[in-house]
Amino acid sequence: MANEKRVISVIVMNESSVLARITSMFAARGYNIESLTVAPIPDSDMSHITIATNGSSKVMEQITKQLHKLIPVYKVIEHEEMVEKEMVLAKFPIAENLADISVLASAYNGGVVNVGKEMIIVMAADEPKRVKHFIEAAQRYNPCEIIRGGVVAIER
Amino acid sequence: MQMSGAQMVCEAIIAEGVKTVFGYPGGAIMHVYDEIYKQDGFEHILNRHEQAAVHAADGYARATGEVGVAMVTSGPGFTNAVTGLATAYMDSIPLVVISGQVPLSLIGTDGFQEIDAVGISRPCTKHNFLVRSIEELPRILKEAFYLARTGRPGPVLVDIPKDITVETGEFKYPESVNIPSYKPTYKGNKKQIVKAVEAIKNAKKPLLYIGGGAVLSDAYKLIREMAEKTKIPVVETLMARGVMGHDHPQLLGMLGMHGNYASNMAMSETDLIISLGARFDDRVTGKLSEFAKYADIIHVDIDPANIAKLVDVQYPIVGDVKQVLEEMLPLLEGVDPDRYQAWREILKRYDELHPQSYIDSDEVIKPQWAIERLGELVGEDAIITSDVGQHQMWAAQHYPFDRPRQWINSGGLGTMGFGFPAAIGAKKAHPEKTVINITGDGSILMNMQELVTAAEYDIPVINVILNNHFLGMVRQWQTFFYEKRYSETDLTFQPNWKALAEACGGIGYDVTTKEEFDAALKDAIKQNKVCFMNVSVNRFENVLPMVPAGGALFNMMLPSPELADSALEDKKGTK
Repeated sequence: MANEKRVISVIVMNESSVLARITSMFAARGYNIESLTVAPIPDSDMSHITIATNGSSKVMEQITKQLHKLIPVYKVIEHEEMVEKEMVLAKFPIAENLADISVLASAYNGGVVNVGKEMIIVMAADEPKRVKHFIEAAQRYNPCEIIRGGVVAIER
Repeated sequence: MQMSGAQMVCEAIIAEGVKTVFGYPGGAIMHVYDEIYKQDGFEHILNRHEQAAVHAADGYARATGEVGVAMVTSGPGFTNAVTGLATAYMDSIPLVVISGQVPLSLIGTDGFQEIDAVGISRPCTKHNFLVRSIEELPRILKEAFYLARTGRPGPVLVDIPKDITVETGEFKYPESVNIPSYKPTYKGNKKQIVKAVEAIKNAKKPLLYIGGGAVLSDAYKLIREMAEKTKIPVVETLMARGVMGHDHPQLLGMLGMHGNYASNMAMSETDLIISLGARFDDRVTGKLSEFAKYADIIHVDIDPANIAKLVDVQYPIVGDVKQVLEEMLPLLEGVDPDRYQAWREILKRYDELHPQSYIDSDEVIKPQWAIERLGELVGEDAIITSDVGQHQMWAAQHYPFDRPRQWINSGGLGTMGFGFPAAIGAKKAHPEKTVINITGDGSILMNMQELVTAAEYDIPVINVILNNHFLGMVRQWQTFFYEKRYSETDLTFQPNWKALAEACGGIGYDVTTKEEFDAALKDAIKQNKVCFMNVSVNRFENVLPMVPAGGALFNMMLPSPELADSALEDKKGTK
């Protein structure tokens, strides 16, 4: 069975060690986590966890069921039709071509966020695949540091 | 009402109707023990090791179907309890284990006897709690009992920092529980049930495959009714022994690695598996790609994660076995039992071809004989617990179990040392029953300190030690698969069993003949004291049939004189 990349949203009760329950379930059963983001859901006592993972459809079914089995897990959404976004921050030396860097960032839904004496920092926010392209394109400007956020997704 | 956290723990235990708590005190749990001293709502049994305390609570739960309760202190008290938690977790046994923890202010500082109990127990509990304030303690205690016994049951740990047991707060034990994220499914989907019934009506070779879930859901009467109504043959897993009753004509036996020929062949040739509370464990299926190749599967299980985990399922039904059968039985009216006549005859021939058998001896006690003899002498009156190894398999194969909850063993985790403390728990639950722990000379030593517990509290558990001076099951594998290199399995060096039992306040019997066996058992029942019956059995006896690990279920090593007794094979070889 083909391994496919999947994104799962997990709605959990916002209580202590809930994240540990989820990650240790993945570790104990040998499932992979590619990226993970967590944030509280506004005006509720729940949190939204977005997990990017991969596996066959059979593995995905088990992941979903095992997540459901955890007591504080309220809902599991295995995304099919979704809008996916990931953020990335990149730092370049000030001596690089700033106009090019700025155009590059805005081409990927971002822009310059900070300019200092020695460094310029840009951000981009786009689909994970496009974020990968941004990172490739950024290489020619000698980035000092690139930090990716995890994927967040919402069902269309 | 205002009271301390320690009092709240006792009040909750009393409110839940628990009559017996098993445990061991220590620094972090002392305030709770101080309250236990003052109350008379429940009895506390001081086991001599935390692992045994949890197993005893587990045995109590398995014998009654109620939640078992154990209490331990922080640090090593808790880590000793982990094997008990894992044992209960693997077999879905409802337990509430209460552990002390260092005071809140010390958590995370590597304090004396501090260990991250919720972290360690996360993978081997259904759920666990670290109590963070006195206000949430009543709710957590209520939720712990609720979670343990509902849905797919399991052990729940409540870890309570010492300062919270001292603090006082308002106690009102909640009447109900509301966990929005926990809503187990009990009723099966009606449409799925109808489809499953159609499949049963269209099948030619259906097979009822009964697992431990049938015991947990208390469904045995309905299962017997379903079998009798449809005349569909039945196989039981290790955990389901007793559901059908040993003399039921439709029961083929136990299936799996040490299942009998007819059961394993039935599973290999069936065209429709009706799985009720079983989970297709690897010890049952053998090689998965060869497992039940011609069968569609109806899988009834309360835990959706069990369904389609290992095998593809055509008719998944999430629900409680009992409630699903209540729906299903009326729909089975139209099933014609004659339809499966040819199938039953095939299986009957299989059973006649290779019945569950062993070769008895006049010179030495065969372990299978000892178990059959126990069945003859105490039979349905007894509750049988076991440890793990050859004796466990022989007990499952040869004891005439009449009812569920009569057979108590560690199936999923396979915990040596489980049987004796579990027997103590079962005897506390059913003082009127004879409780026998069938064990081996390896397993019994893993919790032999419980002799003292049983003697002190006058809990007359009979330990029948099938003594072959080996770690028998590992030795059997070494014989078959490791060219007889008996690495660290020879237990020739032994304690004086009789003296050991007597030193701890019990009775000991050394048994080498069938006559002595009968006499010892009768005396043990009469004396009504905890005892060791040290029964010397044939040293190289093997458990058969056997499906080698990873092999197909239909490729069984069947009983032959050479395979049954490896010593015979040796004698031949040296000619």
